[in-house]
Amino acid sequence: MITASQTSGPFWHLIDFPEWADLLRAGGPNDGVAGSRITLTGTVTDGDGAVCPDAMIEIWQAGPDGAYEAGFHGFGRCATDAQGRFRFATLKPGPVPGPGNSLQAPHITLAIFARGLMHHLTTRAYFAGEALNETDPILALVPEGRRGTLIAREASPGHWNLDIRLQGDHETVFLDI
Amino acid sequence: MSFRPIPPGVFPPMDLPSYGSTHKRHPDQAPVRIPHTLTETSAPRFTSSAYPEHLDMSRHNGREAMGERIIIAGRVTDEDGRPQPGVMLEVWQANAAGRYQLDRDQHDAPLDPNFSGQARVFTDADGNWSITTIRPGAYPWRNHHNAWRPVHVHFGLHGAGFAQRLVTQMYFPGDPLLALDPIYQGVPEGARERLVAKFDLDVTRPEYALGYRFDMVLRGRLATPMENPA
Ligand SMILES: [Fe+2]
Repeated sequence: MITASQTSGPFWHLIDFPEWADLLRAGGPNDGVAGSRITLTGTVTDGDGAVCPDAMIEIWQAGPDGAYEAGFHGFGRCATDAQGRFRFATLKPGPVPGPGNSLQAPHITLAIFARGLMHHLTTRAYFAGEALNETDPILALVPEGRRGTLIAREASPGHWNLDIRLQGDHETVFLDI
Repeated sequence: MSFRPIPPGVFPPMDLPSYGSTHKRHPDQAPVRIPHTLTETSAPRFTSSAYPEHLDMSRHNGREAMGERIIIAGRVTDEDGRPQPGVMLEVWQANAAGRYQLDRDQHDAPLDPNFSGQARVFTDADGNWSITTIRPGAYPWRNHHNAWRPVHVHFGLHGAGFAQRLVTQMYFPGDPLLALDPIYQGVPEGARERLVAKFDLDVTRPEYALGYRFDMVLRGRLATPMENPA
């Protein structure tokens, strides 16, 4: 029998290493890797629309070539701030092989941990305007009316934003992986 | 290769009425089941060179932390009993007085300058790991009147696939607070008892520290790739 999950909260900040939110940090594992630099931001809110200032977001992504851990260490962690916001600096991932011969659109997986989450939530950030979004095998499983909750918008060149709504109106689509 | 689905009856529900913080944070909608792709079957490669181990929380900057020194050892396997080597475990906990080394912990209990409350350890080729720490204290958490968390240590595991990612808590045998704790009691019976460490004389080091054993089990791999969402 697998080990049960328990909430990470409320004091998970003992494993908060703020530099991990910058995947391109000087002296870090991706220092000097070429690619399109982006920032991924978002605000985490609860069922009342109140911000969650005590969440932890982890990301997992492929490198610009679409490969995992082949020259790009695609892991990051970021605490939400007092406004419930997270911010990662990274490289835009390339398309990733999907089931069969399919190709997945570029995406970043997010895992959300917080007080009150008995186990972490998983979702994905896709990039608005990406042609492959139309044929992505995972997006295709998401009801069309809710697909938008997985699509990050480009707020300014290179700055992508995807808000996470844990509950209620426009609730983020979470993935059962 | 895909991982087995999480079996029913193991994980606590996201919506747990007795735990106030879940009320506005649990999703209303069921999660969308997806087949595992490379994204879920691969995982970050953590190494002790890039993520240095820190195996002993019982001392900090060369000075001994206050409290009862203990050793916690265990083995990480998957549900098929296969040892899981190279798993990175992150460990965090309150000090002997039940206080976390954080500004946001306002519990009126003393801080210990010689206790950092965080450790990191990798499993060896057989899935084994071991850390030294001090037994943490219980702390109040305001979930309900006179609410106290049982003595616990937090663990975060990074396995060989992102779908194996696990954050859990370890408890101590015989703690009367276990019966009163919504977070522990939220785990279905049969699964929750496995979150309680066992006193182990083989882990105990003579004239040094009591030993506890805490084994953890991650999801196993399916024999064949999961082509369709179940
Ligand atoms: Fe705790």
